[in-house]
Amino acid sequence: MEEKIVLKLSNIEKEYFGNKVLKGVNLKVRAGEIHALVGENGAGKSTLMNIIFGMPVIHSTGGFNGEIEFDGNKAEIKSPKDAMDLGIGMVHQEFMLLPGFTITENIKLNREITKHNALSKILGPSLKSLDVDAMRKDSQKALAQLGMNVDDWLPIAGLPVGYMQFVEIAREIDKENMKLLVFDEPTAVLTESEADKLLDAMKKLAGQGIAILFITHRLDEVLAVADNITVLRDGEQVGALTHEDATVEKIAQLMVGRKVDRIEHEIMQQNESDEIIMSIKNLKVDMPGEIVKDISFEIKKGEILGIGGLAGQGKIGIANGVMGLYRASGDVLMNNKTIELNNPKKAIENKLAFVSEDRRGVGLLLDTSIEMNIVMTSMQIQDKYLKPLLGMKFFSMQDSKGIREWGNKMIKDLDIRCTGPTQYTRRLSGGNQQKVCIARALTLEPEILFVSEPTRGIDIGAKKLVLDLLVKLNREMGMTIVMTSSELGELRSICDRIAIVYEGKIEGILSPKASDVDFGLMMAGEYSARSKEVI
Amino acid sequence: MKSTWNKLINKYGYPKVFIVIFLVILIATAIIQQQDIPGLFRDSLVRIGMNSVLVLAMVPSIASGTGLNFALSIGIICGLLAGCISIEMDMTGMSAFMLAVLVSIPMSAISGYLYSKLINKVKGDEMTIGTYMGWAIVFLMSIAWLLLPFKSPEMIWAIGGKGLRQTISLAGRYDKILDNFMDIKLFDMNIPVGTLIFFGILCFLMWLFMKSKTGAAMLAAGDNPKFAEASGINVDKQRTVGMVISTILGGIGILVYAQSYGFFQLYQGPLMMPFVAISAILLGGASAKKASISNVISGVILFQMLLTISLPTINKLMPEGNLSEVIRIIVQNGVILYALTKVGGND
Amino acid sequence: MSTQMELKNKKEKSFNLLNILVQNSVPIMFIIICLAGVYASKLNLNYVINELVLRLDRNLLLVLSLIIPVIAGMGLNFALVIGAMAGQIALVVIKLMNVGSIPGLLLSLLIALPFALLFGLGTGKILNKTKGQEMITSLILGYFAMGLYQLVFLLFMGTIIPVNNPEIILPGGVGLKNAVDLKFIQYSLDNIWKLNIFGIKIPMVSILIIIFFCYFTRFIVKTKMGQDFRALGQDIHIAKVSGIDVDKTRLIAITISTVMAAWGQIMFLQNIGTLQTYSSHEQVGMFAVAAILVGGATVTKATIGQAIIGTVLFHLLFIVSPNAGKNLFGDAQLGEFFRAFVAYGVIAMSLVLHAFQKRAMAKQKAEQE
Repeated sequence: MEEKIVLKLSNIEKEYFGNKVLKGVNLKVRAGEIHALVGENGAGKSTLMNIIFGMPVIHSTGGFNGEIEFDGNKAEIKSPKDAMDLGIGMVHQEFMLLPGFTITENIKLNREITKHNALSKILGPSLKSLDVDAMRKDSQKALAQLGMNVDDWLPIAGLPVGYMQFVEIAREIDKENMKLLVFDEPTAVLTESEADKLLDAMKKLAGQGIAILFITHRLDEVLAVADNITVLRDGEQVGALTHEDATVEKIAQLMVGRKVDRIEHEIMQQNESDEIIMSIKNLKVDMPGEIVKDISFEIKKGEILGIGGLAGQGKIGIANGVMGLYRASGDVLMNNKTIELNNPKKAIENKLAFVSEDRRGVGLLLDTSIEMNIVMTSMQIQDKYLKPLLGMKFFSMQDSKGIREWGNKMIKDLDIRCTGPTQYTRRLSGGNQQKVCIARALTLEPEILFVSEPTRGIDIGAKKLVLDLLVKLNREMGMTIVMTSSELGELRSICDRIAIVYEGKIEGILSPKASDVDFGLMMAGEYSARSKEVI
Repeated sequence: MKSTWNKLINKYGYPKVFIVIFLVILIATAIIQQQDIPGLFRDSLVRIGMNSVLVLAMVPSIASGTGLNFALSIGIICGLLAGCISIEMDMTGMSAFMLAVLVSIPMSAISGYLYSKLINKVKGDEMTIGTYMGWAIVFLMSIAWLLLPFKSPEMIWAIGGKGLRQTISLAGRYDKILDNFMDIKLFDMNIPVGTLIFFGILCFLMWLFMKSKTGAAMLAAGDNPKFAEASGINVDKQRTVGMVISTILGGIGILVYAQSYGFFQLYQGPLMMPFVAISAILLGGASAKKASISNVISGVILFQMLLTISLPTINKLMPEGNLSEVIRIIVQNGVILYALTKVGGND
Repeated sequence: MSTQMELKNKKEKSFNLLNILVQNSVPIMFIIICLAGVYASKLNLNYVINELVLRLDRNLLLVLSLIIPVIAGMGLNFALVIGAMAGQIALVVIKLMNVGSIPGLLLSLLIALPFALLFGLGTGKILNKTKGQEMITSLILGYFAMGLYQLVFLLFMGTIIPVNNPEIILPGGVGLKNAVDLKFIQYSLDNIWKLNIFGIKIPMVSILIIIFFCYFTRFIVKTKMGQDFRALGQDIHIAKVSGIDVDKTRLIAITISTVMAAWGQIMFLQNIGTLQTYSSHEQVGMFAVAAILVGGATVTKATIGQAIIGTVLFHLLFIVSPNAGKNLFGDAQLGEFFRAFVAYGVIAMSLVLHAFQKRAMAKQKAEQE
């Protein structure tokens, strides 16, 4: 039986400031179908969802190309309201629930049922009174549809996360004209049993004729409920599988695959030394959104170690935890000496340096000169670039001459494009800002350099320069580098080994030459399960 | 023509440009009215010197990330108290002034320290809380002025004999002690050289501090607290340092102000003084997040010249009512309002 | 799933008494201070209660006007003074037109409306530009507006705005006098129907008007508009994504507040009987805010009950402070300073507590993720 096509996306393209994130994606979802959308980070999944839902971020950055057909008609979706009017609902990753409102009030947010009173007839509809009884009736119906047995007048604050997720869904299905429901990583915050309930609810809804578009990276869930699977990679659609053809391996391989415009580096003679410079045991880091549950691994002296994995799985948390930016516990030994955690000062004193993934938020003093940015950390912690005031050691003054000299040297060595060492870093391009961050880390003369997302938000040309720089530091200065990145391609191009993080733990460590399937399975957390099975 | 205008606005911001234009018009009017231009010039210098240090006090609090110090009244009160103590000790002349300054420093340091402990716990709401804490403390101090056991007959109410007076004259003690320093005359009028030199010295000390290791740490804490923490800088400590220095300068600033004005104004005198200093530094191009010494200098010059010249000029145009005062209110608050619209919008 | 919920709710109920004490610490503290003050002042209870009724009559509407902006997440509306000025403009107009008594009063309410609406829109537009810093902005905006008001009344009256009534213009012919006599409408509302219960005079019509506005406020909160306000008050971003027009809704909230403030100021002045042209409105914002905070309201939560209790307590302190100060310390001045200190101190403390709360909640939210 050919069900009606509810959503048809044709040739969707989207550019963010010259960077093409969607390169012509086609998608079809029928009524009652559960369609899964899989891909790595940066593949374009969220962008695609934002386009379907008319989110402001799409239209404030130049809109998109391509056509959307909804229910057989051409559709112009310029705002969430347009999407909602058409019958598209979205269950966001971050709950859009108001904690002080009850379940019913959240379900009916901005769609409250009202009735006229004396004033509203004169002054307008916004003064109509709320018909609380009618609202409660509707919300109870929606909750029942999902199999939820809870008092609809409870405030959201204090409800367990699983409940909140279901209220999000109830809100969407309460909308009468709901035809397409988009789920953005819905099981990310749920426990296993809650996730199972969610998948059941999804099947129920599909059974009622609602089309479902489901973004996830949990391949087992995909296989459990999806009728059709679309795999995105680098903004392109690289695979369309049906439930029958799909296997975890196939999906994994498609997700990871060989990237087209990869930066090629000659991987020179690998450093054969197996001397361990740092060993990390049972590291736990409390970084919101990138929680590390239990990580243990060793770093070899002089290597470039890559840390990869999907967003939110915890890879970013590792360096942040070791460097003391977020609360951490565990054992970190460097050259057999214990490194104190939760203390950025100590980390730097122990010859560790960090280039944060949050360039503007943590990495730079935007309204301060380039030269001060470069020397600040070294000045404060290593007491460099200082001179005593008139010989009095107590008053340490900035050594302006020394700072200027060093600033100029860094600008020259790293080719930082600027008007001079006194320019404020706010004015620099992303790539040059990144170079300033690296310069700052280098000024500390570290033994281990942690770099997170080194080429994020940088154009292609500058990307290569930054990666070349890292390789140079490693080969010429023997610096041990730990590079965390969402882009598997760049990890595979310069790293000696690559660790993949899944759900806060190391899923495995691979050679850059390992197969796509292996990488894909690791990223999806399926590797350890598979390897057990193989045995 | 339009692009020069745009360039000017981009470089200096709307308030500064408009006020400069307004000032030029006023000066032109004054010349036409045949006002005593040299006299106006000298009066401007006096008022600039008088207010200078209070405006300077804003720099450390802004630079360290605490924003505009609406609770400067705390430092001002410390200064007033120190001044009263110097009178109680029956001291006169430069030594009295210097003693007052020295006594105010530890008082300001302690109050600034305690206040900063509170402010560090309310990051993001410093402005509103500072305003009301400042006002509450002014009134608490008003009770204190009534009860403190001062005995000097110059300071106490003549009738009844209990509690300090509203205004205490400095005549015969250190009235204009800095202003008249070195007795330099220009066009037969006294230029407040001493005050300006004193201000200059404090500016130099501030500049020196900004160039020190701690100064750099403070600037980093104010520019980006997360960066600072990652660089091992204790942001709370730096904010405290900034607030302590700001309060100390507040104490010294009111003494400089009083010696020029000739009176200590107790009770509700300090209520609105922070606002005046804040408008001045904003007018000088500072923002709630960034301020430099050059902002202080240009701001206090512009603001005080505006006030000095507008009074006789506008009153001659329209003798009725206190129009120049009204202009002051509009300019002063308009400047702060404008600065807030630049900061705000957490959209 | 549901049984666990019930258990949790039961647990919370047992801490109820302690919770009540903690959450209402400000009014409770104030009650203690007030009772002490009443005792120390040695004032006649009848006198005190009469004064209290009088002050409630004058001030309650102004305090009520603060509620809606708090609900809509805009904090304490220190720009209340702008609404008050609109009311004063209307009174000057009826003075110029020489319409007195009830018709004059009604006319002033009518004339105040367009001014208040206009001013409210202006205030709202500026507050929309400074989301997150509304309170300090409204404070400074209030001062700025006072400057503009002075400009108009000092400069334009008699010049740009022709005035035929020489008794209210300054001797020079330009500018409104410092005090404008309002005896022609004084007590017009109060005198319509007065009750005398055990020696306490109660102006019934004014009380009825205030009760009407209490119901009006409550009514608004239960409409669609009120629901939008409440949504905004919790999370602007979520409200936006749900399709609520954030800027417009905030504009409406402030405008309603400004209109109520304008009428509130008219009620205030019809009782006092004289318009201090340049100062009647000065402290109005601060007093109203302090009053509602004393009643237990916070930057994010304000109810009608809190407005009433707060106004009672705050003004009780006002009444007894000078005498208490004189009896305790021999100085009435001290009593006045004390009550000013308490007023500002209460606001400062509320702001501090609110900031603490905000930080604790943000921390909790981050930990939940």
